[in-house]
Parts: sequence; structure tokens; C-alpha cells
Amino acid sequence: MTERPLSPHLSVYRMYRYTLLTSILLTRATGIALSVGLILLVYWLVAVASGPAAYHDARAVLSLGVLKAVYLILLAAFSCHLLAGIRHLIWDTGHGIEREQAKRSSLLLAIVSIVLFVGLAWWALHAGGRTP
Amino acid sequence: MTKSSGTILNAAKPRPRRGEAQEGPSSLRSPLAKVLGQGSAKEGVQHWWAQRLTSIALVPLTVWFVVSLLSLPSYDHTTIVAWMGQLWTAVFLILLVLAATWHSQLGVRVVVEDYVHGSGTKTLMLTLVTFFHVVVAVAGVLAILKVAFGGAG
Repeated sequence: MTERPLSPHLSVYRMYRYTLLTSILLTRATGIALSVGLILLVYWLVAVASGPAAYHDARAVLSLGVLKAVYLILLAAFSCHLLAGIRHLIWDTGHGIEREQAKRSSLLLAIVSIVLFVGLAWWALHAGGRTP
Repeated sequence: MTKSSGTILNAAKPRPRRGEAQEGPSSLRSPLAKVLGQGSAKEGVQHWWAQRLTSIALVPLTVWFVVSLLSLPSYDHTTIVAWMGQLWTAVFLILLVLAATWHSQLGVRVVVEDYVHGSGTKTLMLTLVTFFHVVVAVAGVLAILKVAFGGAG
């Protein structure tokens, strides 16, 4: 039972040849990351609802340096998961599911995700703090 | 064991040869399923369809959220409360929290089903995942409503 390969079958496929598999695996991993991000979002919403004093305390926690790295990871996860999700929806219509098309779209996905992430990260680093 | 590389079931009962009579003209059920006679696995397309519906909803909702949040002039309490007090902000935030928690629950469920083995551990994990997502959804919606109704001071 425990010896069975896990899905997706990492031990069977050769990753470096399978950009497609990598992108699908990344969709799962980034999805889990965004689920963690959801906890942070709701923590922030609850802090806002709890009044100015509670929000002040929560903001001190949410401004920690460690969490800033987490926000960047979440932005990267968002860029990747959003675009991969849109590709999944396109796949559902029956388009782009040939092997070569899927390999090419995986490469395109990686490039566009990185561009989107860099744009969002640049915006995020320049947002908000203008009037501290 | 026979020399064929099939599963135990295949080894025990060889596949019918081509042209051999099959049970029913277009049956997609395996011989094992017919013997066990347990019907479907109790859910069909609902999970898949809900995952698609929520993902379609989340494309505009998440883009709206990221753009709105990054467009705010500051993140002090007064600014955030004023922002969340607007009717459509509250509406979209509630939809975002509901769609995101639902989508997240469906996704995490699949990951648990794929990677957690042992039916006891799996059932426990799935129960916790579901409960956790419900708590997150209710807390998020209630917080938004409280701010929207002016209860955040």
C-alpha cells in the first residue's frame, strides 16, 4: 500500500522532460499556498472589523519582514495559479490539448506568469505606504 | 501468476477475446463493479463542475481585489473601513471570500485524497479541511458585514 507511487507520479516521469507535468504540479502547489493566503486575508478582515486598536496590533503582525516575503510568494502563486487556471478552462473547451500545444502553452505560461508577477510585485512595493 | 503483466484481477480472469460475447452491448462497467453492485461512487460531476464555476468567478473577483487593494492610498483603519463600507466593495468581498473558500476546499480535498493514505487518516483530514474552510468563510463574511454595517468603529 505504502509502496504505491503518488499521483502525479513523480517517481515514474522524468520531470525535466515534462514541462507540462511541472506546470500542473505547480498549479497544485500554488493552490495550497493561496489557501494559506486565504487565512491571512480573513485574519486581516477580522482585524478590520474588530476596531482601530485591534487593527493596529494586527497591522504590526502583518507588517513583519517575514510576512512581506510571504506576500511576494503569494503574488507569485496568484500569477501562476490564475493563468494556469485560465488554461485549464480553455482545455475544458477541447482546445490546446495536443501534446505539443500543451508543452508550448506551459512554456508560455511560465513566461507570462513571471511577467505578471514582476509587474504586481513592483506595484505592491510602491503601493500604500505613500502616506504612512 | 501468469506471464502477462496485468493486475491480479486480470490474471485471475483473462479478458474476453475479440468477438467473444460480452455482457451487454455497451457496458462500461468492469466485471468487479458488476459483482460488487455498489452503484456509483456517490458523487459524479458535482465536484468538477463546482471547481469550474468557482474558478470562472474567481478570475474577475481576484483581479478586482488585487487591483483595488493596491490602488488604496493607505492601509490605515479609517481608509480600509471607508473602502469596505462602500456597498459594491462589500458585495465583491463577500463573493470573493465565499468563492475562494469553496474553491480552496475543493482543491485541498483533491490533494488530501491523492496524497494521504489510510482511510482513517484521510477521513479525519477531509473532515478537518471542510470544517476549517467553513470557519474561514463564516468569519470572513461576518467581518465584512460588520464593517459594512458600520460596526467597526
